[in-house]
Amino acid sequence: MLQRTTKQPGQHLSLGRRLVRDRVLLLFALPGTALIIAFHYVPLLGNVIAFKDYQPFLGIGGSDWSGWANFSVIFNGDPAFLRALKNTLVLTSLQSVFVFPAPILLALLLNSLFSERIKRIAQSILYLPHFMSWVIVVALFQQMLGGSGLLNNYLRSHDLTTINIIGNSELFHVLLTSQIIWKDTGWATILFLAALSQIDSQLYEAASVDGASRMRQLWHVTLPGLRGIIILLFILRLGDSLTVGFEQIILQQQAVGRDVSEVLDTYVYNNGVLGGAWGVAAAVGLVKGVVGVILVLTANKVAHIFGEQGVYSR
Amino acid sequence: MSRKIGPRRIVQGVPMPSWPMRVFKGLVLLVFCAVVIIPFVGVISTSVAPNKQINESGGLVLFPKSVNFAAYQSLFSGGVVTRALFVSIFVTVIGTLLSLTVSCLLAYALARPGFTAGRPILLVVLFSMLFSPGIIPTYLTVKGVGLLDSIWALIVPTMISAFNVVVLRAFFMNLPTEITESARIDGAGELKTFSYIVLPLSKAVLSVIGLFYAVAYWNAFFSALLYLNDSKLWPLQLVLRTYVINDTQLGSAELGTELLPPQASIQMAILVVSIVPILLIYPFLQRHFAKGVLTGAVKG
Repeated sequence: MLQRTTKQPGQHLSLGRRLVRDRVLLLFALPGTALIIAFHYVPLLGNVIAFKDYQPFLGIGGSDWSGWANFSVIFNGDPAFLRALKNTLVLTSLQSVFVFPAPILLALLLNSLFSERIKRIAQSILYLPHFMSWVIVVALFQQMLGGSGLLNNYLRSHDLTTINIIGNSELFHVLLTSQIIWKDTGWATILFLAALSQIDSQLYEAASVDGASRMRQLWHVTLPGLRGIIILLFILRLGDSLTVGFEQIILQQQAVGRDVSEVLDTYVYNNGVLGGAWGVAAAVGLVKGVVGVILVLTANKVAHIFGEQGVYSR
Repeated sequence: MSRKIGPRRIVQGVPMPSWPMRVFKGLVLLVFCAVVIIPFVGVISTSVAPNKQINESGGLVLFPKSVNFAAYQSLFSGGVVTRALFVSIFVTVIGTLLSLTVSCLLAYALARPGFTAGRPILLVVLFSMLFSPGIIPTYLTVKGVGLLDSIWALIVPTMISAFNVVVLRAFFMNLPTEITESARIDGAGELKTFSYIVLPLSKAVLSVIGLFYAVAYWNAFFSALLYLNDSKLWPLQLVLRTYVINDTQLGSAELGTELLPPQASIQMAILVVSIVPILLIYPFLQRHFAKGVLTGAVKG
C-alpha cells in the first residue's frame, strides 16, 4: 500500500500490472473518454465522406469512393459556394474590426473606475446577455428594432419616419455584428480585466512620478500589459474565422434571404442536412476546418517570430 | 517637468481623473447598461401588460399600467409550451447531472498522480479542443447511433465538454495531496476518496461547472434543430424560434385553452419563461464564475 504514496508509484511494475492496479481509475475515466471519442473523434473520421459518393442507405462503408469530385464545387467556384464564402469573409472582417476590440475598450473603462461598487454593478449587468441563447437574443432584437418594435413605436408616436432594421438585407451584416457585440462584449471583458489586475501597480506609480499623464500611462503601462492576452485571443479567433455564428444566422436567414445571409456553415447545413448533398457539404466543412487549423498554426508561428508566447510554446 | 498633482486626489499613486472625464465615463457606462437592460424590461413588462395598452402602443410596452397574468395562464394550460417546458427542464436537470458525473470522474482520474493511462487520455481530451468535426459527420454519427428524434439527442452528444474537464482537473490537482494521501493510508479506495474527500472539498468548482452545463442545456437550440423532427420533443428554444421569431400564430389548439390573450403578450411570456431560469441562477453563477473561468483559462 505504501508504494502508492511515493513520488513515482509503481514504476517497477509492468504495464499490465499497473493497469490492473489502476482499474478503478480506468473505470472512472471510461465513460467520459468514450463520449469524447464517440462524438468527437468518430465524426472527425467521418469526414471521409467528403471523398465519397455518400448514399444514406448504403452507409459510409458501403458508399463508393469519388476522389476529389465533391471538392469540385469549391475549386470550380460554384456561385452558391462563392456567395457563402464572400459573406463569411465580410462577416469575419467586420467581427475582427468591431467585435474584437470592443471588450478591450470596455475593460479599460471598467478598470479606470475608482468606485468598486459601480464597477461590480456594471459588471453584473454587462455579463448577463452572455447567458442568453441566440434564440432569445434574436427575439429581443426583433422586439426592440423590428417593425412593431420599441424603437419604431417610439418613432411613430413622435411622428418620425420609421426604420425597418430587422429583415433589411442591406443592414443584415451590421445587425449580426451588433448582436454579437451586445451579447458577448461584457463577458469577454473578464479575461482583460484579469490581465489588467496582474499589472504591477508600482509601474503606475513610477510612471506618475516621471510625470506621465493618465493617457501616457495607458499607452506605456496598460496596453503593453495587455499585449500578451490580446495576441493570444486574436490567434484563437483566427482559428474560428470561418465560423461566423451558425445559430444566429440560421435563425434570421428566412427574413433576409440567402443572398446576404448564407455563410459556409449554413451552406453546409442547407445543402447537407436539408438538401441531401452530403458529400459536397462535408467537403466544404472539411476545407473550412483545415483552413482554420492552418490559420492558427501560421498565426502562432508569426507570434513566435515576434517573440510572443502564442497559444502554445514552440 | 514637475508632477502635476494640484487639487486632484491621488489613489494608489494614480491621480483621479478630471471631473469632465468622470462624467463622460459615467455616461458611457450608463448607456452600455441601459442598452442591455431595456430589452429585458420591455419583454417582461409586455408579458404582463393589459391588452388595451399593448394594442394602443402597437407592440412593446415599457411601463405597464396594470399587471395581468393571462398570458402565463394560457401558456401553462397544457399546450405546446407546457410540454416544451417539461422537455427543457428534463434535459437540463438530467443532462447536468450526467455531465457533472462523467466530467468529474474523468477529471479526477486525470488528476491522480501516477495514473497509468493518464497521459494518453489527457492528450485525447486536450486534442479534441483543437479540432472540431464538421456539422455533417456529427449529424451522421448521431444518426448512426440511433439518437435521431430522441430526447437523448439533446443530451448525449454534448454531454461532456473538454474545457470543463480541464478546469475540474486543474481544481482537483490543486487540492492538498496530504488529505488524499491520509485517506489512502486509512484504507479508503479511489471511490471513497473521491466521494467523501474530493467532492465535498470541491463544492465551489462543482457549482460553477454544473451551472455552465445547465445553461448550455437550457439554451441548446442547435442540436434540437438538427436532430429533432417531431415537434412533440421540442424544447423551449425551438418553440421560441417557431412562435416568436418566425411569428407563427399560436392558436387555441397549440395552447390548449379557449381564451386567447393578444399574440404579443403570449410571445413575450414565452420569452420570459425561457429567460427567468437563467435570471434565477445568475446570482449564484456570478459569485463563482470569474474564478472558474480564469482557472480554466490559465491552466488550459
